[in-house]
Amino acid sequence: MARALIHVPPSAKRGDIVEIKTLISHVMETGYRIGVTGKPIPRDIIDDFVCTYNGEEVFRAKLYPAIAANPFISFFTVATESGTLAFSWTDQHGATQVQTATIKVE
Amino acid sequence: MKRTAAAIAALAAAATAAWAAEIPFEQRRPDSDFVSADSRAMQNDDIANPAMLAVLDGEALWNTKAGETNQSCADCHGDATKSMKGVATRYPAMVAEQDRPVDLEQRINMSRLADQKAAALPFESKDLLALTAYVARQSRGMPVAVKDDAQAKPFIAAGRALFAERQGQLNLSCAQCHDDNWGRTLAGNLIPQAMPTGYPIYRLEWQAVGSLQRRLRNCMSGMRAEPYALGAPELVDLEYYLMWRARGMAMEAPAVRP
Repeated sequence: MARALIHVPPSAKRGDIVEIKTLISHVMETGYRIGVTGKPIPRDIIDDFVCTYNGEEVFRAKLYPAIAANPFISFFTVATESGTLAFSWTDQHGATQVQTATIKVE
Repeated sequence: MKRTAAAIAALAAAATAAWAAEIPFEQRRPDSDFVSADSRAMQNDDIANPAMLAVLDGEALWNTKAGETNQSCADCHGDATKSMKGVATRYPAMVAEQDRPVDLEQRINMSRLADQKAAALPFESKDLLALTAYVARQSRGMPVAVKDDAQAKPFIAAGRALFAERQGQLNLSCAQCHDDNWGRTLAGNLIPQAMPTGYPIYRLEWQAVGSLQRRLRNCMSGMRAEPYALGAPELVDLEYYLMWRARGMAMEAPAVRP
């Protein structure tokens, strides 16, 4: 499992716009580089990122080979209710990593 | 005889001139002053700084048992946030076992070999960089405090001599950029003063974390000189001189550089 860092404000007022930040460890190998053996290094990237807020999708991103290693994704959402934000990164082979964070809305 | 004496006097004068070109103490600035505001913001935000992923890996390794003794770093050193506070500010440092200075990576490997009875981690391996980043992180904000006593002085001087020596096909010395032309641009980037307070760094060009030795080898191949091998005493001398040059400046490890 890859190492990931997530920042979600622990609490917010209802209706507040909150910034969410995520960072995950991944090589994001483009597939365009040539290795020391002279053969191309196969492409290995995360190609999909989704954030759900109490089950509802609030953010989705498609990632392509031009994204740098260790993708950092930040976005905003409206704090509507207390609950769980789930983040999932899926690589090109279909392997998914999910991590969650909670937010308290008053 | 007289000519020899004159030659020695001339050499001594030249040496003094080279030393005099060093950056005046009060003009020293951290390398992070020479990167873009974006990179600086990335460095100072623990969620955005990709080296923090290595720090987390290092924390896990710190608590992982290894070697014949089946002990973790934590079994002897306890909580790194306390026991490793300030340690990185003192490296490179002399060690009795070798009559020579070692850098932080080498010191970690000494402990692995002697105390954990585990295999040394290869230079620039993910694990060694992670452990080093984790240890160095504990000194963030603390002033560099490498020793410059009589024992250490010859090695600092050797490092300074290497810094001032022209090398490679471009016939450049480190000092020509970092003492004489800091603040000017080289290939679109500002030339910093070579104050290594942020190592190991996350270098955007590498898309990875790397050590000061890797960075030094980079500069050497840039000068089209043959770089010293990782772990070479010459590189440690150079690291020692550079840390001494940054004495008193605040540690920034793990830093983000372009």
